Amino acid sequence: MTRNVLILGATSAIARGVAMAFASLGDNLYLASRDLDELQRIASDLRVRYDISVHTGLFDANKPETHTAFFQQVVGTMGNLDGIALAFGLMGDQISAREFDVAEKIIMSNYTGAVSILGLSANYLEARKAGFIIGITSVAGDRGRQSNYVYGSAKGALSLYLQGLRNRLYPVNVRVLTIKPGFVDTAMTFGLPGMFLVASPATIGKKIVESLNKSADVIYLPFFWRYIMLIIKHIPEFIFKRLKL
Amino acid sequence: MPTLTKSISGWGRYPAHTCELSRPERYADLKADQPSIIARGQGRSYGDASLNEHGHVLLTERINRMLELDIKQGIIKAEAGVTLAEILSVCVKHGWFLPVTPGTRFASLGGCVAADVHGKNHHHDGSFGKHVLGMEMLLADGRRIQCSASENSELFWATVGGMGLTGIIGTVTLKLIPIATSQIQVQHRAAGNLQALFELLNDPDLDDHYSVAWIDCMAKGHKLGRGVAMFGHHASVDEYRAALPLTHHVKSVRNLPFDFPGWLLNPLSINLFNQAYFWNEGRKTDAFLTSYESYFYPLDAIGQWNRMYGKRGFLQYQCVLPETQALSGMTRLLQAISASRNASFLAVLKRLGESSLGMLSFPMPGFTLALDLPLHDQQALFTLLDRLDQITLEHGGRVYLAKDAHLSAENFRLMYPRYADWLKIKQQFDPANVFNSSLARRLHIGEQP
Repeated sequence: MTRNVLILGATSAIARGVAMAFASLGDNLYLASRDLDELQRIASDLRVRYDISVHTGLFDANKPETHTAFFQQVVGTMGNLDGIALAFGLMGDQISAREFDVAEKIIMSNYTGAVSILGLSANYLEARKAGFIIGITSVAGDRGRQSNYVYGSAKGALSLYLQGLRNRLYPVNVRVLTIKPGFVDTAMTFGLPGMFLVASPATIGKKIVESLNKSADVIYLPFFWRYIMLIIKHIPEFIFKRLKL
Repeated sequence: MPTLTKSISGWGRYPAHTCELSRPERYADLKADQPSIIARGQGRSYGDASLNEHGHVLLTERINRMLELDIKQGIIKAEAGVTLAEILSVCVKHGWFLPVTPGTRFASLGGCVAADVHGKNHHHDGSFGKHVLGMEMLLADGRRIQCSASENSELFWATVGGMGLTGIIGTVTLKLIPIATSQIQVQHRAAGNLQALFELLNDPDLDDHYSVAWIDCMAKGHKLGRGVAMFGHHASVDEYRAALPLTHHVKSVRNLPFDFPGWLLNPLSINLFNQAYFWNEGRKTDAFLTSYESYFYPLDAIGQWNRMYGKRGFLQYQCVLPETQALSGMTRLLQAISASRNASFLAVLKRLGESSLGMLSFPMPGFTLALDLPLHDQQALFTLLDRLDQITLEHGGRVYLAKDAHLSAENFRLMYPRYADWLKIKQQFDPANVFNSSLARRLHIGEQP
């Protein structure tokens, strides 16, 4: 059965992987982000490769006041929506994030903006009593580290929010997936020191879409990050605070 | 944009140079914002064409979106980072094929334009650039400019075969050719020596849309240049009545798991292989069908086959000699190769047709010989290559830049007489010589004639 899926932050490499995975199953897509020119290129590519219907539209996570109109427009264009995949986010720079205006932007992109659009999505799917929400957070949200705790705290908050949403929407048959990618080969990680076992965004995208057919609610990608984070989460704080992570 | 400094090489794994890499994901980030820059697609040129020692290398692999496919006219417009394999995956099922294809489908579209690659049909259809309807270029001054054979044509023909040195190729619009099935109908003929092989390739009764010959480089004396000529064309529906004639075949690619030890490919093992190959392939004189993958891209079935030559890598030598000089020149080339102890595993002979309008394009009417030379003993190999360059020059030929890692700046100028024309266009569009590469510096391309 063909699904109608909205992808938010659709210009990121992981989002493109997700879009390709949906498209290869014949699903129809609505791609949204701030960069319309780039969106149109990605949309054309999906049409050529998979012969599916792809719409594009402007979406800015940092402007919650525009989200209601945006969401109505998406539903109007698609007729109905079966799922929402949230892939936007901003890692930012941890040093400059010591200034509040920078930290606020990171929190806005990764959390406040997400809460705004996921709230609208949840209300819509709750009324339809079907569908799914995929939230892409990060392993950085599992424990605060000096190297990226502003980004990490916003992604951690998003993970908690998704957990609550899952609890709320369970009775009405709406799936809520929390995706926690480890190191993925994207513009965000290119050239960063200390990267290992880096996964391709196409593989991650495929795994994310496949997760809809499985029972797990919180998915680490690639899978071994579950164990890496299990260890990291269990390091006692009196040791952890001494580490240079 | 984030950068990464590391040592990279071309497909031959020689030379390796330390370069600063960046990898844009958005089309808007594909620009020349560094003082010395070269675009690199899939790194399938063999030598130093996609390297820029101590300079910047712009990886285009994520700029790989297909923008338009017209299945009525057979026209595709795509970003330069897309691979030929990706194009085939969308066009074969609609009955369209690449007008020209090199021996690998993992090359990027931009790379095929920059090297003005040729295929087994060059004697009929010319090289890649001839089938390009238009391009968008990103220039040194930040401009985006459209060019084609009719619009900004000088820039167009300086870029076709221009090895990425005129600007960044952003998008390419390509005219495809119609096919009725995804199969190739093939016929082989064996020839006991080089002259017989030339006669096979020149025989109008045997000639087909595609032709190519494999040469046993180990054969000497009266058997020098013996080989198997292979003729083929896209099979018609009548020729291929079986079910699903437009299937797009996807074979999984298995990587060579490790570098072969250097001694594995030695004169004895190669000789044994060549004997077997000659007898097996030479017998196939009756037409047979094979998939386009196995016909055009036999080596693509082994991922990273370049590891076969071990860690030190290999050089590929490819030259073209004009028609009248070809037989005598090739004889001398093969004699020089078989006399040296640098055994070649694979040698390929092809007929080439009319030259391209590309000012630095490789093809000219005549015959081209391509072979791999493993890098065991660098000094001995470079002595041999100097000898081969000399023979090529004496016969009025030239060496293919996309394969080369050794040619001298002086010999480059003798082999490419249109360099002075090219340089005028280069200086007009890139006066500060921003587009630069290890190959360009070795051959002093961008400097005075």
